[in-house]
Amino acid sequence: MAELSKKDEQTEATPNVSDVDVVAAQTESEAVAAIEAPVEQGEPILQVRNLVKHFPLTQGIIFKRQVGAVRAVDGISFDLHQGETLGIVGESGCGKSTVAKLLMNLEQATSGEVFYKGQDITRLSGRALKAVRRNIQMVFQDPYTSLNPRMTVGDIIGEPYDIHPEVAPKGDRRRKVQELLDVVGLNPEYINRYPHQFSGGQRQRIGIARGLALNPEIIICDEPVSALDVSVQAQVINLMEKLQDEFNLSYIFIAHDLSIVRHISDRVGVMYLGKMAEIGTDEQIYDHPTHPYTQALLSAVPVPDPEAREGRERIILTGDVPSPANPPSGCRFRTRCWKAQDKCAEEVPLLAVPERFKGADSPAAHESACHFAEEKDVVHAA
Amino acid sequence: MTSLEMAPSNAEPDGAAPLLEVRDLHVEFKVRDSVTKAVNGVNYSVSAGETLAVLGESGSGKSVTAQAIMGILDSPPGRISKGEIFFQGQDILSLPESERRKLRGAKMAMIFQDALSSLNPVLSVGYQLGEMFRAHQGLSRKDAKAKAIELMDRVRIPAAKERVGDYPHQFSGGMRQRIMIAMALALEPDLIIADEPTTALDVTVQAQVMDLLAELQREYNMGLILITHDLGVVADVADKIAVMYAGRIVETAPIHELYKRPAHPYTRGLLDSIPRLDQKGHELYAIKGLPPNLQQIPPGCAFNPRCNKAQDICRTDVPPLVPVTERDGAELVGRGSACHFWKETIHG
Repeated sequence: MAELSKKDEQTEATPNVSDVDVVAAQTESEAVAAIEAPVEQGEPILQVRNLVKHFPLTQGIIFKRQVGAVRAVDGISFDLHQGETLGIVGESGCGKSTVAKLLMNLEQATSGEVFYKGQDITRLSGRALKAVRRNIQMVFQDPYTSLNPRMTVGDIIGEPYDIHPEVAPKGDRRRKVQELLDVVGLNPEYINRYPHQFSGGQRQRIGIARGLALNPEIIICDEPVSALDVSVQAQVINLMEKLQDEFNLSYIFIAHDLSIVRHISDRVGVMYLGKMAEIGTDEQIYDHPTHPYTQALLSAVPVPDPEAREGRERIILTGDVPSPANPPSGCRFRTRCWKAQDKCAEEVPLLAVPERFKGADSPAAHESACHFAEEKDVVHAA
Repeated sequence: MTSLEMAPSNAEPDGAAPLLEVRDLHVEFKVRDSVTKAVNGVNYSVSAGETLAVLGESGSGKSVTAQAIMGILDSPPGRISKGEIFFQGQDILSLPESERRKLRGAKMAMIFQDALSSLNPVLSVGYQLGEMFRAHQGLSRKDAKAKAIELMDRVRIPAAKERVGDYPHQFSGGMRQRIMIAMALALEPDLIIADEPTTALDVTVQAQVMDLLAELQREYNMGLILITHDLGVVADVADKIAVMYAGRIVETAPIHELYKRPAHPYTRGLLDSIPRLDQKGHELYAIKGLPPNLQQIPPGCAFNPRCNKAQDICRTDVPPLVPVTERDGAELVGRGSACHFWKETIHG
């Protein structure tokens, strides 16, 4: 019986390409047409399947040989639906930023697929890839280093039009840029200023305007507010929510601040050491977490309310995150987990709805990669 | 100066002198012909065994105040233009540098935010920890090393004996911050100033480090000044809070009181602008505008351009830090607000 159920899990938990509507495009023009076709609200727009990125570790000077690999991303799968925000949380080194780079096709994936409207972007090139890149844009973490100090704001926001001139004809650009400045809440007359003349929050608005320039469908935000002050953070978050409604954007929101991720996300994925530990709606993850790592992570977040704090259970993890070059066997979290048993060292838990919650009409019935998944509320005071 | 007498946080209930008292401190930075007024009249005090959290955004003057207390202000261009700092009843600003130097490390110590850039990368951590004992107590290298191992044990670094010869880059972020804590604790000081000690760390590690710090503070009965911008971290460990804005303290309160009933529009705005982990909120409240330029602090209350309650008086008169009372005039111990309209803010 145990054998059988394990097999069942296997087929269900490893989402293979069969559930993706692959669009077979023979020619580049067909691929471009598929990429430019609109997607219905709520339908998957980006589908990631078993995405892997290993960075080789080499030794030797003249004769380089590979001695190992940093397994930054080690087989993750998820869907992003049109118009939604998917939050990805995790500690530093868990691979969340590498995922962002892979989705942007800035890093070549070791294996796995990223389907954008049924086209595997890891295999595209030429015109089709250019069309994808237009539709997937990025907002970076540090507004101080991600803007070129020698370019004016107008040049920074208008630069995407040099690569994609079809979006805005040359004579039209200045007006377009001023419109964008207005959209993100900056004075359009600032078009000739330089980045150093702006504060951190304003710079992040410039970064967002640049991301919006090409009317993308997906924006990948890698820690967009973590460098900002608290009072300015709220302004930027509100702006991003407003823009999402206005332009019908889908966001992938990568951050380590769990409160902000809850605020902005429709669904949340928790990553640990290159793998997805748990994924579900914000309510499922925050109010009904079933993976011990998610529980520990949530319980460690300080809540700005001393009273709510006192009734909460705290799980203090021991030790540090292991090296991704040499991850533990079986479940990667087992070295810090208080529930770990022999099974955890032998068998890799798959990301699936846990057997015990299967079919149950409960918020605990969401995908969680733990052999001993158990619901536990750590966010609210007992 | 009236604000000083009335500032409730400075008065000890039993009349005993606090461990540290900062009185009307002003710090400015003069570069060519521009003057940046970083600290403009700060008053606060800390007793032994007490944790004071100084909360503020970047540029609010919270770190500069700490540097003035430690005597590590970059000067020039920095200069204490006015004010006094009493440490164990002694006015330390009037002491010669050689005397200040004896205080630093031995009596008061500081934990910095970024452990990697605060530790010397070419010296082993054991050497750097032992340096404290060799410089201040004249111990031999061998004894200093033994002391270093003991310290590393105390901040719970596993296998301290084997790792004493390791270099900073060989430790993880959390472990490096533990070494910083160990270094601050080395000579068992009476006061520790922790400047954003966990900002660079992940949440699970942050919880470990804050727990350790709180435990050691209890053990040694030290005064702790915790400088941070994170309202969550503060709620966990502090006894009382001072909220800073544009170089002034705008509100002081015991920890529970502040979150329940803020008495300053800035504090209220901050509390409303952070999303909550335990509830899905709607739109966040955003304080409009930007923190002021410290070279041109607006006249009157520095917060007035961003405040939605601002009246004419706020644009002309600087509000002093006055005691906050209940509606019926009953005293609220330790509470103060620098707002002309604190009554409306706290009592609605």
